[in-house]
Amino acid sequence: MTKLIIDGIEVEVPSEYTLLQACEAAGAEIPRFCFHERLSIAGNCRMCLVELKGAPKPVASCAWGVRDCRPGPNGEPPQVFTKTPTVKKAREGVMEFLLINHPLDCPICDQGGECDLQDQAMAYGIDTTRYHENKRAVPDKYIGPLVATKMNRCIHCTRCIRFATEVAGVPDLGAIGRGEDMEITSYLETAMRSELQGNVADLCPVGALVHKPQNYNMRPWELSKTESIDVMDAVGSAIRVDARGREVMRIEPRVNEAINEEWISDKTRQIVDGLRTQRLDQPYVRENGRLRAASWQEAFAVIAARVRGADPKRIGALVGDLVAVEEIYALKLLMEALGSPNLDCRQDGAALSPAQGRASYLFNATIAGIEQADAILIVGANPRTEASLVNVRIRKRWRLAPLPIGLIGEPADLTYGHDYLGAGPETLAEVIAGRHSFAEKLKSAQRPLIIVGQGALMRADGAAVLALAAQAAQAFGAVAEGWNGFCVLHTAAARVGALDLGFVPGEGGLDAAVMAQAGALDVIYNLGADEIEIAPGAFVIYQGTHGDRGAHRADVILPGAAYTEKSGTYVNTEGRVQMANRASFPPGDAREDWAILRALSEGLGSRLPFDSLPQLRRKLYAEHPHLGAIGEIAPGDGPAAIQALAAAGGTPSREPFASPILDFYLTNPIARASGVMAECSAIARERRLEAAE
Amino acid sequence: MSNRRLAAAEIQPPSFAFTADNENWAAREIEKYPPGRQASAVIPLLWRAQEQAGGWLPQKAIEAVAEKLGMPYIRVLEVATFYTMFALEPVGRYFVQLCGTVPCHSCGAVELKEVLSRRIGEQGHVTADGTFSWLEVECLGACCNAPMAQINKDYYEDLTPEILEKILDDLAAGREVKPGPQQGRRSSEPARAANTLQDPALFDGSVVGAWRNRFEEQAIKEAPTGEASTATAAAPSQPKPAKPDAGRTIESEAADTPAKKAKEGEVPVKPDDPEGSADPRKATVAPNDERPEGRSAPQSGKSYTPTPAKPEEGRPVADAKGTTPVSGTSPAEGGARRDGRDTKPVGPKTSDEAER
Repeated sequence: MTKLIIDGIEVEVPSEYTLLQACEAAGAEIPRFCFHERLSIAGNCRMCLVELKGAPKPVASCAWGVRDCRPGPNGEPPQVFTKTPTVKKAREGVMEFLLINHPLDCPICDQGGECDLQDQAMAYGIDTTRYHENKRAVPDKYIGPLVATKMNRCIHCTRCIRFATEVAGVPDLGAIGRGEDMEITSYLETAMRSELQGNVADLCPVGALVHKPQNYNMRPWELSKTESIDVMDAVGSAIRVDARGREVMRIEPRVNEAINEEWISDKTRQIVDGLRTQRLDQPYVRENGRLRAASWQEAFAVIAARVRGADPKRIGALVGDLVAVEEIYALKLLMEALGSPNLDCRQDGAALSPAQGRASYLFNATIAGIEQADAILIVGANPRTEASLVNVRIRKRWRLAPLPIGLIGEPADLTYGHDYLGAGPETLAEVIAGRHSFAEKLKSAQRPLIIVGQGALMRADGAAVLALAAQAAQAFGAVAEGWNGFCVLHTAAARVGALDLGFVPGEGGLDAAVMAQAGALDVIYNLGADEIEIAPGAFVIYQGTHGDRGAHRADVILPGAAYTEKSGTYVNTEGRVQMANRASFPPGDAREDWAILRALSEGLGSRLPFDSLPQLRRKLYAEHPHLGAIGEIAPGDGPAAIQALAAAGGTPSREPFASPILDFYLTNPIARASGVMAECSAIARERRLEAAE
Repeated sequence: MSNRRLAAAEIQPPSFAFTADNENWAAREIEKYPPGRQASAVIPLLWRAQEQAGGWLPQKAIEAVAEKLGMPYIRVLEVATFYTMFALEPVGRYFVQLCGTVPCHSCGAVELKEVLSRRIGEQGHVTADGTFSWLEVECLGACCNAPMAQINKDYYEDLTPEILEKILDDLAAGREVKPGPQQGRRSSEPARAANTLQDPALFDGSVVGAWRNRFEEQAIKEAPTGEASTATAAAPSQPKPAKPDAGRTIESEAADTPAKKAKEGEVPVKPDDPEGSADPRKATVAPNDERPEGRSAPQSGKSYTPTPAKPEEGRPVADAKGTTPVSGTSPAEGGARRDGRDTKPVGPKTSDEAER
């Protein structure tokens, strides 16, 4: 710890702090453009100048360590001034330089209203210019479908370059030329390859990089902002949904150190146009092979007619990837009331079950816990596409100090150095048996992490692979006092919540794969499951948001609400319970999903015991208390569950693992309805083809 | 400098690969750096790639270097666009880089530019036969031989339009040309008479360390009493650390100290003697300036002008009470202030003055 006097306030800060951080600790506000807490220090904007007693000139506080400050002649703590006339004058000088070439186009700039340069010019700008030369003109660059460039506005802070290189790990951006001719660009203006590229526009302190899909569409002050949770993957990133009237305009990240820090993936950010298109806005009923619009009453009547006559054993329910805990709970109660044991939330057939204990299907080490790991074994997963922000965390850990990382499954560019061990379960068995060189590295690790992806579990021998992974966790000491390194990486936002509720086949019940087969069931209630092909035969009720695969197969369509249009609980892959909030309303006749189920239950003669969302939640929390602790991870049954899993045994096949995500940009109905995602997907596909050549 | 971009796609060669020799050379170059730091070899490799590709860097060469060093393409492009010595567009067989920075400019680079524009064309343009192209560049560090140009790897200095034309003619005709200064100089020695640094004392080593004698004299004055004698007595038992110059063979006596002059029977120059009292043979200013007429040095109203129009102006004259105080004069004795006010610092007389 180092003692400093900042503006007369004595503070004690860790000696690895920079002066800027120390000033913040003392409550002084330091303006900055290039400095960012999560990026390396560049020190090139010079806006953070402060006066350091004894230093001949103002110093750039972002690049000055507190341990480099000299004490006073009699050993007094170093003195720093952040509000003196010298400092103000120095910063005004810097601001004047920055504005030499910055265009005065704030009135047409998308960043206007949330621009660092604009804000700081209010404090340090002068109202006239002393420069009468022409401003620098820089051609705009194409750097991808998500980020528009207005390069005249660039102040060369290099945050975007540092983000792409350091955090995303896909160094596509760079600065060519030098001095006044320096220009930020990607190599020959190709599209960036990162799945996190949208973040560079967030990082840009000026309007040089702006979000292309939102360009010229809105002003920040006309948006109502709702804090919510993302459902594009099972990470549960903290987001802020910005809506204008009823329309969601954009999605921005919120800071959540435990999960996404302050980044979100491009899918999370740019599916907003998918929330508008292909929406189901009224009930539909299939008549003579064609869907026709109907009223709620008609739809309910059709359903009631089919369900009343059906054998409960031949009724089934499927739950998709984007639904919230509340409607899963309502559907479960309804199915129980109807007497059906055929429930499943695992439309991909993953061999996970709440019967084996909660720790058997959670990312037990937690996402923030990745930073404590000292060896990682990834089994049948590609974290980069399945959970981009988990991948960012692994990369962050790897950048702190490279650690052994082994990958079993499809070879992939994970953005960090790793050993590719093999393709299938036999490699995992070899590693456990110690016949593989990587086993030594895992054995010598104090806190090994074993990440099991859905690619390893959604196969016929999934249970055996899961058991094998649990054996690995035990063999390498991944489950120990204070550390549980057995991690299941989910891809569906609804999955963990549904497993928590026990939405799996009851006694004698059928699982999703069997239910989808022809002739297995008479009635299937499909709550937003779009990734499963249901064979012809059964009467399918589809409740969902988009006209996707599920709706095409449906006999009755009940329009529901997307995740931005309802208040819903989601449990992420770590088991963290989070609440998404309503930012706008469902379109047309669409309703919140729990309310649809409640209304339908009345028509089916088995009325659900709640009339409002709070009542539903009260009942839910009484039954599953851990779901009431928002933001928390309920302490699990860790070691016991892993031991039970390991004991299960089984012989896996020799088939190589395949990733569950074929196209990162098109994994769910909302993304498939999004034009922006389609464009990203096309670029990615082209690139894959090019690479294959 | 304008923005530098890669050459147009039509003129980019379809591929680039290092020759076997260059591959070996590159491998040795990369070996110089510790593992994981191969990127440090990017500049040498780019340079060699540029040489191999005929003096410029095609896109494929940049990519080849990037792949060789395991760097992203953009990182190598950054380097290639940063340094102007990497040409991104094709150049002629003889690539003339003409210095246009101030010293060369003021010595006639403008005329050279005209020659090049006339004979070769615009900057960056390659002549139809591919022989020449030229570029104006910033200082190449041969200002003593201004104006100068670099043609491929060699410097051609002391140029005049005629000489440059002849060099271009010779190059075009395939005749041998001599690099370096073109007007009889060997290197950057004075072009005409040597005007400065003529005091032989500067070169016999006598000036080196002369300042130290002051302390010796003082020691003589004070010796052999007090601390010094104690120190001498204690010296054998308490050896001092070696002096930085302890290993030097000879340190000759200082040339110009009053003590030495007195020993040699010369009249020592006293500090308060007016300038010019010193032996004129040892003066550092040549008595006759041989500069040609018509190139007068900047004139100013200040007391010092290097080429005085009138002999008594400029150089402080012995008997004149100069406006510039002679060193050693106490402020109180100095002449009127240059700004005309006659205030003098008032203070107690120093011991020096008291002696006088």
